[in-house]
Amino acid sequence: MPRPTPFYSRTAALCESHSWQEWSGFLSANMYELHHLREYYAIRTAAALIDISPLYKYLVHGPDALKLLNRVMTRDIARCAVGQVLYTPWCDERGSIIDDGTVTQLAPGRYRVTAADPSLRWFQDNATGLQVQVEDISDSLAALALQGPLAGEILQQLAGPAIAQLKYFRHAAAVIAGMKVSVTRTGYTGDLGYELWADPADAERLWDALMAAGQPRLLRAAGQLALDMVRIEAGLLLVAVDFISSKKTVFDVQKSTPYELGLGWTVMLDKGNFVGRAALAAERERGAAWATVGLDVQWESLEQIYKRYGMPIHLPETAWSNAVPVFSDDIQIGRATSGTWSPLLKKYVVLARIQPQYAKPGTRVSMEATVEAQRHMTEARVTALPFYNPPHKRA
Amino acid sequence: MAEIYDAVIIGGGHNGLTCAAYLARAGRKVLVLERRHILGGAAVSEQIYPGFTYTVCSYVVSLLRPEIIRDLELPRHGLQILPLDSSFVPMENGDHLALWSDPATTRAELQRHSKRDADAYPEFNQMMYKMGFAVKPILGMVPPNPLSPGVDDVRRLVELGRHAKGLDARTFQQLTKLMTMSATDFLDEWFECDVLKALTAINGIIGTMLGPRSPGTAYVMLHHFMGELDGAFTVWGFQKGGTGAVSNAIAGAARQHGAVLRCNAPVAQVIVRNGQAVGVALENGEEIHARTVVSGLDPRQTFLKLLDSRQLPSEFETAINNFKYRGSSGKVNLALDGLPTFPSMPDRALLQGMIEICPSVDFVERAYDDAKYGEFSRRPFLDVLIPSTIDPTLAPPGKHVMSIFVQYAPYKLNGGWNAQQRDAFGDAVVNTLEEFAPGIKKLILHRQVLSPWDLEQDFGLAEGNIFHGELTLDQIFFLRPTAGWAKFRTPIRNYYQCGSGTHPGGGITGGPGRLAAMEILRSGK
Repeated sequence: MPRPTPFYSRTAALCESHSWQEWSGFLSANMYELHHLREYYAIRTAAALIDISPLYKYLVHGPDALKLLNRVMTRDIARCAVGQVLYTPWCDERGSIIDDGTVTQLAPGRYRVTAADPSLRWFQDNATGLQVQVEDISDSLAALALQGPLAGEILQQLAGPAIAQLKYFRHAAAVIAGMKVSVTRTGYTGDLGYELWADPADAERLWDALMAAGQPRLLRAAGQLALDMVRIEAGLLLVAVDFISSKKTVFDVQKSTPYELGLGWTVMLDKGNFVGRAALAAERERGAAWATVGLDVQWESLEQIYKRYGMPIHLPETAWSNAVPVFSDDIQIGRATSGTWSPLLKKYVVLARIQPQYAKPGTRVSMEATVEAQRHMTEARVTALPFYNPPHKRA
Repeated sequence: MAEIYDAVIIGGGHNGLTCAAYLARAGRKVLVLERRHILGGAAVSEQIYPGFTYTVCSYVVSLLRPEIIRDLELPRHGLQILPLDSSFVPMENGDHLALWSDPATTRAELQRHSKRDADAYPEFNQMMYKMGFAVKPILGMVPPNPLSPGVDDVRRLVELGRHAKGLDARTFQQLTKLMTMSATDFLDEWFECDVLKALTAINGIIGTMLGPRSPGTAYVMLHHFMGELDGAFTVWGFQKGGTGAVSNAIAGAARQHGAVLRCNAPVAQVIVRNGQAVGVALENGEEIHARTVVSGLDPRQTFLKLLDSRQLPSEFETAINNFKYRGSSGKVNLALDGLPTFPSMPDRALLQGMIEICPSVDFVERAYDDAKYGEFSRRPFLDVLIPSTIDPTLAPPGKHVMSIFVQYAPYKLNGGWNAQQRDAFGDAVVNTLEEFAPGIKKLILHRQVLSPWDLEQDFGLAEGNIFHGELTLDQIFFLRPTAGWAKFRTPIRNYYQCGSGTHPGGGITGGPGRLAAMEILRSGK
């Protein structure tokens, strides 16, 4: 039986759909209303509140905290100043990705790490011989994502301009309605957004304060269905969907490396040794076997297929995550791992992993599309990621 | 030597802009001339009252052609259409009718009114969906001329015939009924609940000088069922920032392709030499030369104002003179100090959808009765939207803007329109609203009232018709604006038309602009 998060009394009261899913052992709302579209539009055009408490959170501190993090993470954590946040994957010895998350330097030598999967043992095992503490603080931090173009205005009203004007991937301590809240300018939506980390005892009051302040700006709670659509638009990969953690499979064919996932920019080969460095250096030398790209499924092509059945085009209303083959001419060149119709971009957007020689933006490929239980190929164009990257994300 | 444009387009409305964007995209050197200080024509958002953005005239989007959205990459230029997914009708007895996007909730609500209608409603929608699907190919097609068909006309007629042949007998029968019946008669075959009929019938009267019991209105109802968003039909949406943002998105695409867009540039005349358009003269005397001149204005202005009438064949001129406008609607925009309260509203979430003041078929028909004899409706039908409940950036936090489309307000008002009549009309609207939302008057911070006369004066809509001419069966497809001239050409060589007075007609479709551009390009201009 999944557990309630610290915000459950509030999310449950709003969850008219009674549609929940399990997320890391917690109950997480799929959608609050009977349809998820309003939540989607809230994220993209106003503001939304998303309960992200189920994330795993670790506190890494002690004289060798930086040493540990730089040993585990692919990015150079030495470049993460106090008050800064870095996104980074971490890999096994063979360079296969285990997980990804954010590292925040809260105070000198004191870091908070977020993760999708349990990572305590991995961090601790890599800390052998180092003077560092790794604590699982998952249950002692409630977390909310406040995302959307109006998120800054709402936060400004509650926490003042200094917090709202926090730069992209920066951290600050704030006081909201008398409660101490740690705020990072981060998120999983590709929009302007903040993540708020608070004492679970304050969770309900924090939720209420945000909802009250956000009400005139149409702040609404958003669930997983809306989040899944916007993260695809933002070109953000989802573990267990777009790639599998090397800890979750014993088969090499199912593992991926940062280079294959378009995360090569996070691999700092020259920062000194780290777990997976040798394998990653060799991979960089010979070139990655896969490239992660966006596919823009061509409306006209899909429409033609439906026309053969006397039907109008049908587009996926929610994100799908069952991988389908991608072809060039008649040769399979990879797989599409998730996709959705983007109501905002008016495009059918798909994340795919294909052979690198086809990865140039504009390349025509085809993707399998099943219409009336019959297989067809629909034309798609390779596109650079992200699909959606509004200026206000970083502004 | 002054610059010569490949095309100069008169009127920066959404169709003129669409035409410009398509021509510029094909490499043509294009200039758009807009009379007002702002682009968009009747699709404009303006801060008439500081801090409050009104979607001044048109207010919802549904028929904007998906191929235009794709071809011009409008989302990149700011197109963001938010779904409107409920309709609410307060009734005179204190009850209400609410339709939601969720079919189960809608069904439960309809069962309160009629168990039969609750069953019929999804079937009716399916039938209309099918009709829309049957008729839709016409929207994206240059109308063939069946009167004196050329090779292309024959090809298109065969195409149409083949499409019609593909329809089953029942669909064909329903289609014939839709083409000939009144909205109410057609709905009588489906429903028993009067308020449901009223709510459905209003789609058949918007923009026409006809009542729900007038024959021909059933078809107009279908026209409004052909809306399409994201591959889903009949979906209405609200553009973030108001409909002006749709115009701005199209303008952005046009500029990106190199079109030059000029505001405050009213055109006085099309310059015609030897039966051929060679440019335009602005009101300030400036002359601009172009290989093609395109008018996005309505037929009356396109032919009777911008041309010297001696340049037109008399038969054509008569046909254009006979084209019906008969503006029948007005618009009231309000700035509100807070949200209104409708005592009959069961859920405040309904404030985010359409609010329809059409409590019964009789109510709407009576509103029409006033107009038939030259008066504005004392208790008009109101199509109300509170855009700030969907897009909070339109008003300061906690405040709101309300868009009210009003019918009927005849252009030919007894005694004519003047400031007093306009105020009286505005009062009739607010008083009617106050009946169903007591206290709303006290919330009004500012009121903008647009009579059909204002729509003509300020936005150049002949007789205030929002569609550049009524969308009745005698004025659509190959008859729009008149037989033989529905292919965007005119009797003057190199002079084209691209406004809503051409196929596929009014509403924010972009269809006329796109099809006109395609015809111009096809003729090698």
